[in-house]
Amino acid sequence: MSIEVRHVTKSFGTFVALSDVSLTVPGGELVALLGPSGGGKTSLLRIIAGLEAPDAGSILFYGEDATGRDAKERGVGFVFQHYALFRRMTVFENVAFGLRVKARAERPGEEEIRRRVTALLTLVGVDWLHDRRPAELSGGQRQRVALARALAVEPKLLLLDEPFGSLDAKVRLELRRWLRRLHDEIRLTSVFVTHDQEEAFEVADRVVLLNAGRIEQIGTPRELIEEPASDFVRDFVRPGAQL
Amino acid sequence: MTALRPARTEPPWVRRLLVGAALAAVAVLLVLPLALVFAEALKDGVPAYLAALAEPEALAALKLTALVVAVVLPVNVVAGVAAGWALGKFDFPGKSLVVSLIDVPFAVSPVVAGMLFVLLFGRTGFLRGAVEALGLTVLFAPPAIVLATLFITFPFVARELIPTMQSLGTEEEEAAHVLGAGFLQILRRVALPNALWGLLYGLLLSTARAAGEFGAVSVVSGHIRGQTNTLPLHVEILYNEYRFSAAFAVASLLTGLALLTIVLKSVLEARERRGRSLP
Repeated sequence: MSIEVRHVTKSFGTFVALSDVSLTVPGGELVALLGPSGGGKTSLLRIIAGLEAPDAGSILFYGEDATGRDAKERGVGFVFQHYALFRRMTVFENVAFGLRVKARAERPGEEEIRRRVTALLTLVGVDWLHDRRPAELSGGQRQRVALARALAVEPKLLLLDEPFGSLDAKVRLELRRWLRRLHDEIRLTSVFVTHDQEEAFEVADRVVLLNAGRIEQIGTPRELIEEPASDFVRDFVRPGAQL
Repeated sequence: MTALRPARTEPPWVRRLLVGAALAAVAVLLVLPLALVFAEALKDGVPAYLAALAEPEALAALKLTALVVAVVLPVNVVAGVAAGWALGKFDFPGKSLVVSLIDVPFAVSPVVAGMLFVLLFGRTGFLRGAVEALGLTVLFAPPAIVLATLFITFPFVARELIPTMQSLGTEEEEAAHVLGAGFLQILRRVALPNALWGLLYGLLLSTARAAGEFGAVSVVSGHIRGQTNTLPLHVEILYNEYRFSAAFAVASLLTGLALLTIVLKSVLEARERRGRSLP
């Protein structure tokens, strides 16, 4: 599914988080929102998900205006920075949640829920943890469960907020390669937020560089390195950055 | 290299003396009076104790108290959850004022709280017209007792839930929302289970207080025997009539409830501690 952000502006009190931001994410792409902290990345992600409302501008899903649509109607998967797993539920129930809260007419049967949850847990490689609770998991395992939970409702769009932010360096490297492979496998339109340009360049098809609520440049990693649109881009993309 | 000074340097006899003094204070101030209640209640033997509890007026008081608790608890759950949710999860102008207002029943003397309802529903009260138009009797009848008890016990659930819900944050609710859950589903499946121990704890405290409230209820009840006396009021009447062992027999019911509350409270606290460290 393609998403389009049109002239979105958002402020919190006197702080301008986003000012006149426009971008298009073509269907099936993996896009990184990159930039220094406080640059508006997470606000933009939350506005796309429907967790915040923009002050001005609109969000289009597949050409259709979704600005006023409630978050629960948007059909997006969201992976939170600190995962936000349901602490009282097992891993299995966490992933099953999105299926269980569906309206009766659309809700799959118990057998079907079991099948789908098990398949997802196998896909992300943590099926053996199905009866654990979030507190008993490592950071990397929580991340995988959070992803499986977001995928369970078969979203048309996957949003990830600093998906590797709270992991240690080794797991981070491993997990981002894994996420890239997973994306190649399921081809789900995805947007993730990161402040780490190495991470953005390694994982994403295209990078959106945000600073102080404005888009500095949108392009492939190569374009950002070879043809920086501004001094900020040149400085932010470290000299000698490798692809 | 100097040896580290141990945290406790007092000689053993000082420690024993301090612990002994603390235990003695607890025994004299808390255990002794409680034991006396039961001793006095059973002074004339078990049959007399049971007979005192089986008196029609005592049974009527017990029934009224049970009714008050039965009405107050569900109202406190709904109002407390609403207050905890609104004040624990959202920010809005005037929030700190509302939080302070919730404490008013704690700050105001229960007698004043009772007077407040007399002023509202009494001969010159400004709700009297409305109540009469509806053909209801409020003052000196069970409705006023329930209202006064609600006023007194409202803060217990809300005060427990506000900090609990605040510390849990809103991320899990947001996750549930994006996954397609509606408000009631989020409340039932995520927010309430997470705050369950806080809710039970608040309910326990408000039950104990609802059953034991004296001051506010005394002002609005009218003391009509067999009709508008709750257990605490009945104890007072018996005591004023010099029927000491009967008074203590009824008092032992309230004391028993208090002891049960303490036991359940420590069970809940232990569960909550375990809950914090693990799940």
